Amino acid sequence: MAGLELSFIWAGIIAFSVLVYVILDGFDLGVGILFPFAKDERERDVMMNSVAPIWDGNETWLVLGGGGLFAVFPLAYAVVMPALYPPIIAMLLALIFRGVAFEYRWRTVRWKRLWDWAFFGGSLVAALMQGVALGALVQGIEVENRAYAGGRWDWLTPFSALTGMAVVVGFALLGATWCNMKLEGRVQEHMRRLALPLAVATLGFLVLVSIFTPLHDAVYAERWFRWPTAVWSFAVPVLVGLTAFRLWRGLVRAEDRAPFLCALGLFLLAFIGIGISFYPMIVPPALTIREAAAPDESLLFTLVGTLVLIPIILIYTGYTYWVFRGKIDADEGYH
Amino acid sequence: MLTAELLARIQFAFTVSFHIIFPAFSIGLASYLAMLNALWLRTRDETYLTLFNHWKKIFAVAFGMGVVSGIVMSYQFGTNWAVFSDRAGPVVGPLMAYEVLTAFFLEAGFLGIMLFGRRRVGDGLHMFATAMVALGTLISATWILSVNSWMHTPAGFSIGENGQFLPEDWWAIIFNPSFPYRLVHMVLAAYLTTALVVAGVAGWHLLRDRTNPATRRMFSMATGMILVVAPIQILAGDMHGLNTLEHQPAKVMAMEGHFESHPDGAPLILFGLPDQEAQTVRWAVEIPYLSSLILKHSFTAPLDGLDTIPREDQPPVAIVFWSFRVMVTLGMLMAGLGLWSLWARYKGRLYDWPALHRAAVAMGPAGFVAVLAGWITTEVGRQPFTVYGHLRTSESLSPLEAPAVATSLVAFIVVYFFVFGAGTFYLLRMMSLPPGTERMGLRDGPIRTAGITPGLAEDPRERSD
Repeated sequence: MAGLELSFIWAGIIAFSVLVYVILDGFDLGVGILFPFAKDERERDVMMNSVAPIWDGNETWLVLGGGGLFAVFPLAYAVVMPALYPPIIAMLLALIFRGVAFEYRWRTVRWKRLWDWAFFGGSLVAALMQGVALGALVQGIEVENRAYAGGRWDWLTPFSALTGMAVVVGFALLGATWCNMKLEGRVQEHMRRLALPLAVATLGFLVLVSIFTPLHDAVYAERWFRWPTAVWSFAVPVLVGLTAFRLWRGLVRAEDRAPFLCALGLFLLAFIGIGISFYPMIVPPALTIREAAAPDESLLFTLVGTLVLIPIILIYTGYTYWVFRGKIDADEGYH
Repeated sequence: MLTAELLARIQFAFTVSFHIIFPAFSIGLASYLAMLNALWLRTRDETYLTLFNHWKKIFAVAFGMGVVSGIVMSYQFGTNWAVFSDRAGPVVGPLMAYEVLTAFFLEAGFLGIMLFGRRRVGDGLHMFATAMVALGTLISATWILSVNSWMHTPAGFSIGENGQFLPEDWWAIIFNPSFPYRLVHMVLAAYLTTALVVAGVAGWHLLRDRTNPATRRMFSMATGMILVVAPIQILAGDMHGLNTLEHQPAKVMAMEGHFESHPDGAPLILFGLPDQEAQTVRWAVEIPYLSSLILKHSFTAPLDGLDTIPREDQPPVAIVFWSFRVMVTLGMLMAGLGLWSLWARYKGRLYDWPALHRAAVAMGPAGFVAVLAGWITTEVGRQPFTVYGHLRTSESLSPLEAPAVATSLVAFIVVYFFVFGAGTFYLLRMMSLPPGTERMGLRDGPIRTAGITPGLAEDPRERSD
């Protein structure tokens, strides 16, 4: 009885961690994706500086996602990771290039361009693979006898390629609106101009993915078109529309903060949509949240600390953002 | 024949070996930085601030490499060792989740402030952030060593019907029999590794310029640390060995090269060529009775050999035998270096004894080699099990085909050598600059703080030149 509640609480916490990860690391991956669009080295310097003090904390949410899954849904972890083997490995390698670029880029003159490309390529591939993994998960994973039972290439389909590209474009939008918020002068203008086409593209992908998801699986279709859950099918698009309108207005009026918050809002709504589709599965179509959960002793032991620690983490993470608040001065970082 | 299992084992060994190098260095360095900063605040002696600013830049690069190689580890259990993840997840997963929640966030959250927050938050909060980063590295070590120790000496669990390890007693799981020994041994190893690097860098600069006060200060601090820690580490290692004898006798038999039982006193085999096929050590150079004396504190105490262990449960003896000897030899050399520095201090020649400085340079990387040798000893010595006595390595694997693992292994090797090769080059270049030059390892180009830290290149208040 308690087991039921515990595993669902945990599903909520894991979902929350993934959401926080997408919201936080999304914009700093986006900054990397936009690197080639910067006009010159100074623009790239200041873009990187805007996320340098916080990217590491942002990426830690990804480790929490992996570690949390291992702790409370070990079966899901054991099934999903081999199923998504190539995209996960590619994502990890990409994150290596991107992570070290933050440090290496400042340590060399001759190779600075190389690490610029490593930062861009790493951010791009990491975002793409996260999207591909998401698509592969949505389309379902074959499980037999507590193990992955599908083929080596099951993860790669037109649908997962679509979700991959959607995440890349969406993160780029987050990155552009972040730069618009944190930077000043020419580079800010420049990123704001990029944000509009990116916003249009993001909405386009959102529509495409929303159309193809119910076609994939009768369960999703039923969820979206059957009363009472169909309320969401109406509410989510309306909210997306309103958010997109506010985003557009913010960009046109050259506001600093609103476009970024609206871009985050779009991600939140997309995330809710995925959540509605999945519930009560954790690995569709085979594993429910309950089946994949660790025994109650593990769930409870981990929950006690998590409920105390996550608020504390959010507080000092917020403090770090507060310390490095405001506009990044283009001359900051130079003597 | 390269099976998926063998490839996955090679991949794990490769990625974890690369990874451990960075934490081994950054655990010690984070504590050293906290100490330098505290000394600066207390004494207002510019030398400490110079050293803090010098090493914090090196720390930023080493820490970054530790982070990115660590993310790989957190996903590799699932990708390559799915059965282990499914079965052991309920026990070790929560400990790893706690590592993320109590350590990784703490380190990542306060790193930016530590590296370049002094001007923005003031001395007090900056000191707090620096201490939090150091604390984070130690908390991280605690959790992950608890996980690893449990795999060696599992306790506090039962086995469920679907083969899962079910937690029964968290206290017994976390404080499993080998955990205290392993934790002490590894944290001391990290401190020793860092002290050797600092002493090596200081020795290098002393050979070029004996007058730089910052160089002299760090040589004195580092050699003092080696003098104190190296003997304690030898003692801790010995106690850890006795604990291993109690819980994993086969591992100690492999370390000692004891294929046969010795009912009345076992010799210590100094060197030889273990031959697993023939179950004997060829060309063995032995000291009679010494092994019994070390392990049992009696000359004639009986010691069982690997002839009491079924062949299929024996670890690969040659690897364990040799890696153990590499580690012990280096440990003795470290203690020797500490004593030499004490003698130099007594003679008043700590800063003008080139032979000592050259020895310090030569021993600079010794900590890393010893750490790797130690991990090889304990991990290979656990074979053929992932969870000792309960889950075989061959049964822990994901349902993967060899080509997929081979592809990712090649990718890891290429990427790691390129990325961490470049990183090592940058680290060495930063270390080759004398402390106090306030440069980023760049002789030209913009002067800047660490890449993780925006802000002015130099805080006017932080300048020490």
